[in-house]
Amino acid sequence: MGEGLFSQIFDLLFTTSFAASILRVTTPILFAALGGLIARRCGIMNLALEGMMLTSALTGVVVSAFVRKAVLGDLMPADAAYEAVSGRAVAAGAAAGFLAGVLCSVLMGLFLAYMAVQLKANIYLSGLAINTISTGGTVFALYLAAGEKGMSSSLNSCTMPVIDIPIIKDIPIIGEVISGHNIMVYFALLCVPLVYYIVMRTSTGLRIRAVGENPNAAESVGVNVKKVQFQAMALSGLFCGFGGVSLSMGYVSFFSRGMTAGKGFIGMSAMNLGNATPIGTTIAAFLFGMFDAMANILQSLSVPSQFIASIPYVATLIGLIVFAIQTDRKTKRLKEKHSK
Amino acid sequence: MPEEILLMDKITKVYPNGFVANKDVTLSINKGEIHALVGENGAGKSTLMKVLFGIEQPEEGKIYIKGKEVKINNPLEAIANGVGMVHQHFMLVPSLTVAENVVLGMEPKKNGLFDFEEAVRITEEAVNKYNLKVSARAKVEDLPVGFKQKVEIIKALVRGAEILILDEPTAVLTPQETAELFVELKHLRDQGHTIVFISHKLNEIKELCDRLTVLRLGKSVGKAIVADVTEQEISKMMVGRDVVLKVEKTKAEPKETVLKVRDLRIASDTGRTIVDNISFSVRKGEILGVAGVEGNGQSQISEAITGLLGFQNGSITVNGVDVKGKSIRRIREMGVSHVSEDRMTYGVAATSGVKDNVISDRYYKKEFNKGLLMDKKKIEDLSDRLIKEFLIKCDDRDRAVKMLSGGNMQKVVVAREFSNNPKLVIANQPTRGIDVGATEFIRKRLVELRDEGTAVLLISADLNEVLELSDSLIVMNEGHIAAYIPDASSISDMELGEYMLGVKKQTPEEIARVAYD
Ligand SMILES: Nc1ncnc2c1ncn2[C@@H]1O[C@H](COP(=O)(O)OP(=O)(O)OP(=O)(O)O)[C@@H](O)[C@H]1O
Ligand SMILES: [Mg+2]
Repeated sequence: MGEGLFSQIFDLLFTTSFAASILRVTTPILFAALGGLIARRCGIMNLALEGMMLTSALTGVVVSAFVRKAVLGDLMPADAAYEAVSGRAVAAGAAAGFLAGVLCSVLMGLFLAYMAVQLKANIYLSGLAINTISTGGTVFALYLAAGEKGMSSSLNSCTMPVIDIPIIKDIPIIGEVISGHNIMVYFALLCVPLVYYIVMRTSTGLRIRAVGENPNAAESVGVNVKKVQFQAMALSGLFCGFGGVSLSMGYVSFFSRGMTAGKGFIGMSAMNLGNATPIGTTIAAFLFGMFDAMANILQSLSVPSQFIASIPYVATLIGLIVFAIQTDRKTKRLKEKHSK
Repeated sequence: MPEEILLMDKITKVYPNGFVANKDVTLSINKGEIHALVGENGAGKSTLMKVLFGIEQPEEGKIYIKGKEVKINNPLEAIANGVGMVHQHFMLVPSLTVAENVVLGMEPKKNGLFDFEEAVRITEEAVNKYNLKVSARAKVEDLPVGFKQKVEIIKALVRGAEILILDEPTAVLTPQETAELFVELKHLRDQGHTIVFISHKLNEIKELCDRLTVLRLGKSVGKAIVADVTEQEISKMMVGRDVVLKVEKTKAEPKETVLKVRDLRIASDTGRTIVDNISFSVRKGEILGVAGVEGNGQSQISEAITGLLGFQNGSITVNGVDVKGKSIRRIREMGVSHVSEDRMTYGVAATSGVKDNVISDRYYKKEFNKGLLMDKKKIEDLSDRLIKEFLIKCDDRDRAVKMLSGGNMQKVVVAREFSNNPKLVIANQPTRGIDVGATEFIRKRLVELRDEGTAVLLISADLNEVLELSDSLIVMNEGHIAAYIPDASSISDMELGEYMLGVKKQTPEEIARVAYD
């Protein structure tokens, strides 16, 4: 079986659809990583990324379904006016769901800041508490909204539009990989320079970095440290919220329990691996996204699914270890070289 | 008639734990003077300045600036009132550039983005105006301490500080940097700025200041015009008794070699060679001084000997046992004590109590344990004894170390390191930030340790200290040993300075004499 399996794997991996799926799978990870990046730059480890994504994914689905229904009113597919209104209803539902999902995540970021900064609760415990509440809370809310505990498929929720890039879409191979994705994929890529500018080029970013490194120094020149931390956590929630809605309103149009499946934590690891720099974080996010995509594809093979499901997490762990060893080796080598 | 720019009238400050750090303190400062604030460790100098800068709120008393009563509730209001402060521990963001640190909190903007070029311009304007030479585009973490301090001063000045508080600015500076700072401060005074200067070094006060105010145990006990009083008189006002600034010391009687360092080479994380192939020995019953401008490898040597820092080449042995690869505890159990220059990182656990700090190197030993539990009584007895013996000013043995004054933190470190029957003491800047009385005490203890047969390696940027305490002496320059002086009393300040700056260097043969077996 060995040889056959390997050639099967290769056949699956060297395809344009695999390359395209990397982009797709990386999107929520990248959003989470950017959210974690901003928080860490201001000295806060935002462990709640996972829960914030999950909650905003559900909020997006529920709100979009409700808005869509409200716009459609009593119209039935058989009605004459249905065609005309339906398009508008989907657009309104998607926009409302997107905004509501993101807003929800921002509020959760602010809530975490309130716990950690204002009330001085332990940041790790507060973050984990938010995750735990989100895991149970989303199932409960889902039950209230859809009458189900597993999936929201009974809700008619909307998705964000798919974009075909002119010209590029006609280039063979490249077109298939790059064009025709959900708008959130492109938005995620745009957010990388955006985060770079926010963190490195604005005065708010300068304050965020100063507060993260030496809050006493920032305070001594009159920077309002708490305010900066709240701002950073709101931004962290914003990007994390993009990640959440990209999960439930991008390629799929439903919410399912626990659908983040650790993507928040993987984003967190990507941010750490990238040392909280926008570029490094993005590269690491793509690396982890690749393993995630690989796991998806390999599911069709005769390999135990538990093994495949563990690939992205094991890859994350290995990534972190390799990174640590590399850094250590590099300093050692530098030292040796100069002591000849 | 000099104009009074600042009056702090009957200030009383009680910390939340009930400790009265200032009691009816009055401080009057004239425009355009450099005013010294002196007093023992824990006398309340930093506290008084924190009140002035709005970090602490006084329970009683009034502050007048230019004759007008002001309320200063936070640093921002202090800045608005023209008060700037350079803290005892720097308030800088290391990864940012000088310009970014300078404008932090008042960033210039262009098109909604931070305008870095404008920040550079603001900084350079101040650099030129006040003659404080520092590069606006340099990263703060790459700067030596002296330059960091300039950044702090510029920070205060661009915010319009007319009254500049400097809390022990020279404690971390080399003699050269200190001299440079004094020139800059006098320049500032001539431009009409007023300076409050805190220092334990009386010669600096004599050189720089116009008038002085003495604090003792939280009260203001005296004022004087600096030119009218001698150093002896100042220290008597501070301590309340005569202080012997000179340590009595007999000739050393060195015995067998304890510490042997051979061909030691240490590189930094970035690969720069910091200590370059040096060899020396320290014998039982002698104090070997290490003189040199700070940052020439002295700290790395002390960290390598004590196991805090790895080294690439060479060997270090203590009483014939190699320290390489040994854990810090093993090295300590060989009788090595270490007073680190960086007391906040290696010296103390700041949030733990005095008691926990003084037993942190021996808590696991049999004598402090009863079965599975620690022997509370013995530990308390020991810490009470050390607090008394080393004159640590604290109201309770469980008081968190970070609440002590800077000098008293240092005493906690010294108490622990000198009291564990060391065979070898590595003392790196042991009296930094310590008042005259306590300095006298620590120096005496070092000599006593020597007389009891301990080998002492004394690293100090304070030339007086090295010259006075050392039996023999090595001078470090750029990671090399530039000179070995077998009899420390035979060398002049001038000559020492020349070796330190690398102007003069001994032959390899002369230097090799310090590597005896
Ligand atoms: N936050 C605090 N809580 C309680 N007590 C404090 C606190 N800060 C300082 N103290 C105490 O107040 C006293 C005065 O401290 P302060 O730092 O003003 O001394 P200092 O004169 O600056 O001494 P040094 O020369 O050693 O720096 C000390 O005994 C210290 O223990
Ligand atoms: Mg002080």
